[in-house]
Amino acid sequence: MTTPANLKYTKSHEWVKQEADGTVTIGITHHAQEMLGDLVFVETPAVGRKLKQGEQCAVAESVKAAGDVYAPLSGEVVAANAELADAPEKINADAYAAWMYRLKPDHPGELAGLLDAAAYQAIADAEKH
Amino acid sequence: MPFIPHTEDDIRAMLAAIGVAAIDDLFDEIPAALRGGGLAGVPPGVNEMEITRLMYERAERDGRWLSFIGAGAYEHHIPAAVWQLATRGEFYTSYTPYQAEASQGTLQVLYEYQSMMASLTAMDVTNASLYEGASALAEAVLMAVRIHKSARRVLMPATVNPAYRKVTRSLVRHQGIEIIEVPYCTECGHVIPAALNAYAGKEYAALVIPQTNFFGVLEPADELTAWAKANGVLVIAVANPIALAILRPPGEWGAGGADIVVGDGQPLGAPLSSGGPYFGFMGCRVSHVRQMPGRIVGRTVDVDGRTGYTLTLQAREQHIRRSRATSNICTNQGLMVTAATIYMALLGPDGLARVAQTCHANALKLVQQLTALPGVKRRFSGAVFHECVLQLSAPVADVLHALKAQGILGGLALTQDYPELGDALLVCATETKHDADLERYRENLQRILGRRFRPAPCALKPSL
Amino acid sequence: MLIFELSRPGRRNPSQAPRPAPGLNAIPEGWQRKSRPRLPEVSELDAVRHYTNLSRRNFSIDTHFYPLGSCTMKYNPRACNHLAMLPQFLARHPRAPADTGQGFLTCLFELQEMLKEVTGMAAVSLAPMAGAQGEFTGVAMIRAYHMARGDGARTEILVPDAAHGTNPASAVMCGYSVREIPTDAEGNVELAALRAAVGPRTAGLMLTNPSTLGVFERTILDMEKIVHDAGGLLYYDGANLNAILGRVKPADMGFDVMHLNLHKTFATPHGGGGPGAGPVGAAARLQPYLPLPLIVRDGDNYRLADEADLPQSIGRLSAHAGNAGVLLRAYVYARLLGREGLQRVGEFATLNANYLMSELRKAGFEVAFPTRRASHEFSVTLKTLREETGVTAMDVAKRLLDKGFHAPTTYFPLLVAECLLIEPTETESKQTLDAFVQAMREILEEAHREPQLVKSAPHTTPVRRLDEVKAARELDLAWNPA
Repeated sequence: MTTPANLKYTKSHEWVKQEADGTVTIGITHHAQEMLGDLVFVETPAVGRKLKQGEQCAVAESVKAAGDVYAPLSGEVVAANAELADAPEKINADAYAAWMYRLKPDHPGELAGLLDAAAYQAIADAEKH
Repeated sequence: MPFIPHTEDDIRAMLAAIGVAAIDDLFDEIPAALRGGGLAGVPPGVNEMEITRLMYERAERDGRWLSFIGAGAYEHHIPAAVWQLATRGEFYTSYTPYQAEASQGTLQVLYEYQSMMASLTAMDVTNASLYEGASALAEAVLMAVRIHKSARRVLMPATVNPAYRKVTRSLVRHQGIEIIEVPYCTECGHVIPAALNAYAGKEYAALVIPQTNFFGVLEPADELTAWAKANGVLVIAVANPIALAILRPPGEWGAGGADIVVGDGQPLGAPLSSGGPYFGFMGCRVSHVRQMPGRIVGRTVDVDGRTGYTLTLQAREQHIRRSRATSNICTNQGLMVTAATIYMALLGPDGLARVAQTCHANALKLVQQLTALPGVKRRFSGAVFHECVLQLSAPVADVLHALKAQGILGGLALTQDYPELGDALLVCATETKHDADLERYRENLQRILGRRFRPAPCALKPSL
Repeated sequence: MLIFELSRPGRRNPSQAPRPAPGLNAIPEGWQRKSRPRLPEVSELDAVRHYTNLSRRNFSIDTHFYPLGSCTMKYNPRACNHLAMLPQFLARHPRAPADTGQGFLTCLFELQEMLKEVTGMAAVSLAPMAGAQGEFTGVAMIRAYHMARGDGARTEILVPDAAHGTNPASAVMCGYSVREIPTDAEGNVELAALRAAVGPRTAGLMLTNPSTLGVFERTILDMEKIVHDAGGLLYYDGANLNAILGRVKPADMGFDVMHLNLHKTFATPHGGGGPGAGPVGAAARLQPYLPLPLIVRDGDNYRLADEADLPQSIGRLSAHAGNAGVLLRAYVYARLLGREGLQRVGEFATLNANYLMSELRKAGFEVAFPTRRASHEFSVTLKTLREETGVTAMDVAKRLLDKGFHAPTTYFPLLVAECLLIEPTETESKQTLDAFVQAMREILEEAHREPQLVKSAPHTTPVRRLDEVKAARELDLAWNPA
């Protein structure tokens, strides 16, 4: 699967989508779900929680691994995807459609420091064991 | 060499296949300075006949005693089938069931155990064991703090087993968790619910409630649980698994019941054996299961649709989660759990209830007989299960010493852990005690205490 | 079928319950249990048959070769079990006075002394219940040492990235943060990275040697100097002690504190997951912090040391003295081997591993560190096999079950792709090893000729591959009749 060009990425395998209203939507990449395997449990951050950039805030758990999910930007959690509680496999089905949470960023300038699709693809390719 | 099967021919062939001249060459990556030395301080090997003789002598030296000690480890009859089955090589020498297809025996036993324990404690789920009761309590404290998320303080009644309190402190103190001791009523032998009012206004992650407590006394667990729920505090119950056969279990306590249950499973088929191996049990509500440490077995199906069992929720454990694991525990007490499962299957609900009732009745009988003696009083007014604290009119250590000379271990002196109680003795009677045993205790205690009251004979003879 | 499904209401075992007799009952009415615990009601024969048959669905050392890397599945001598279960040992209450247990305490004291000799450490405590608890203890002792010296700035524990998960988990339980040091292509900790990582925040380094990759850390003396010079201490994870038992002492390598796994190196039974025992040994400067209790000698008598004896102890880890019955088994084992036997363990464990490694290479398997000696174990990588045939380490492991062998450790350490970590132990004969190599040769051939056969293995076990995703998504953790 090609890495969508319209999204931004982190080294820790999160994707970031800028929304029209200034919030950002966050999920984990196709590569991440592939590495984890069939997901059995997803924990999203509580709405209202304030996060610092790089802070661990969610978990995607499979049978053989537990992937920590980090905040790509500092901000306040404004929404979390409730569907994932009963159907974590939605992330396996389409990692870019199954969003995890939404943030209102404190410092939109932090977006510039994120990776673009090509840079992220290079990281993902290098990691293939 | 014992248990090393290699013949000279084997060694020669193997060295040739590897392409080295001597076994020594295989250690050539190790700096020479580190090699050798020898084990001069270890005695030469003995054969099985010799070690058998030595161990028999040592065991005979230790002998057998008529014991009335409880205090967290209890003497119960263990049906012969329990250890004959548990020491079958297939159970005894199998590994942790990571390869599920090769371990369906162990995995199904663990699933059956989890089912029995969940029902006994009236909790949704239990794990497949922790080391023993005290460290299980420590793990419960850590779990409660994780679940609560804000408070790092836990309320711990002084009526919880002193060893459990010490161990909990040792294991949690590096994580910034404070254990606050809740006082008990020295007249009734348990916590008074009103005493908890002193803690209102501050945040606590959990309240520990032992049932029964270290004194053998029943705590007012319903009221204590209600207070906890009303104040956003989780309830950790510490229970005796035999008592659970006849006592209302923690899952059925007031206000929705306990959140976490722990205890020592030793009474279910583990011999006293100087303190171990035992096993710790832990159960919780299903909503908290991802925070529960230890292995957990789940039922599923295989590719052909056959029912099978496997370790599940492994992402909580150290081998996956590493520094973020719920606990560092790896090896547990699997064999002891196997024995406990077989024990519970052999006794069934009625057998287990009968064991509990007999323990209770024997303890009451013992207490009745002993308190009929001058100088022996029941210390606490609270209702008891199979242990009771007696107040003696003589130094406890002396009394126990004198009883020991008659082959009787009279109980546990509480002077060190509860100095405020003075000469207090914790006695226990399980189903293993006959009327003759109780009588033997009574008559010896009578004699020992009586000696103290009789005036010394006069050295002067009257002249006629 | 579950034991509950064999159950019939009213079935009892009168032999196993105390005689019915009217007895006193003073449990308050409100506290009497009303709900009936869902325990099975089966005859003794039903129970015996059920659990006997269940046992036969297990692989075990007594029935199969079990080359699990890092687990040391050596033969568990029967005498150890028999003698640890002598009636007087089984009957003794943990709170019984010391003078009623001199026989037992003598065994434990002598075990302490033998473990001191084997490790080279100044003192040993038998208290920890398993390796993980031993690790917690060792790290807690390191912490106590630094705190006693007012050195509170040391907040980091270093571990190799190949470390067993219990290492970082234990460090975190002691309030430390963990920093991982990378491994080089030869399977050893990168010395330059270690040098860069140590500093005033370093409390200590946790190491296994031979490492979890199955190779000896050749630069151990350099590592020791780097860490000690920075003011940190060294912790030895004794999981792989079997490789060097009788040949190299952890104390001589410079370690300050360590644990042993008696259920590995000292042949106590694995029991389907436990119980184990994880005694800790300490160099002189850490001796005051050892956990309680220890066995101490007072003239001709032995007793358990307490808080008065060791005021700086890190405390107690269990309500009693540890897994006493396991310790007795280890004692008997150590006596049966004695000085010469223990000296040979490392040699023959290493001989067997190197032989197996060279035979598997000849059979066409790729060893992870081809230029290195095997210690008591070695890693094989099936990366190429997967690329060529799609057959993975998992598949090979499952197919081995069909061939009558328990699989080696798979996917650990994580650093080796498609890893099999193989540890034969010293108690296996050349014939057994040859049979294993033959089975592996067959599987390799099957992987190329008929990969689907291997990918869908096992075929002959009581169940085939299980749906673990279902087990985790649809939690069924206790039998609940509908």
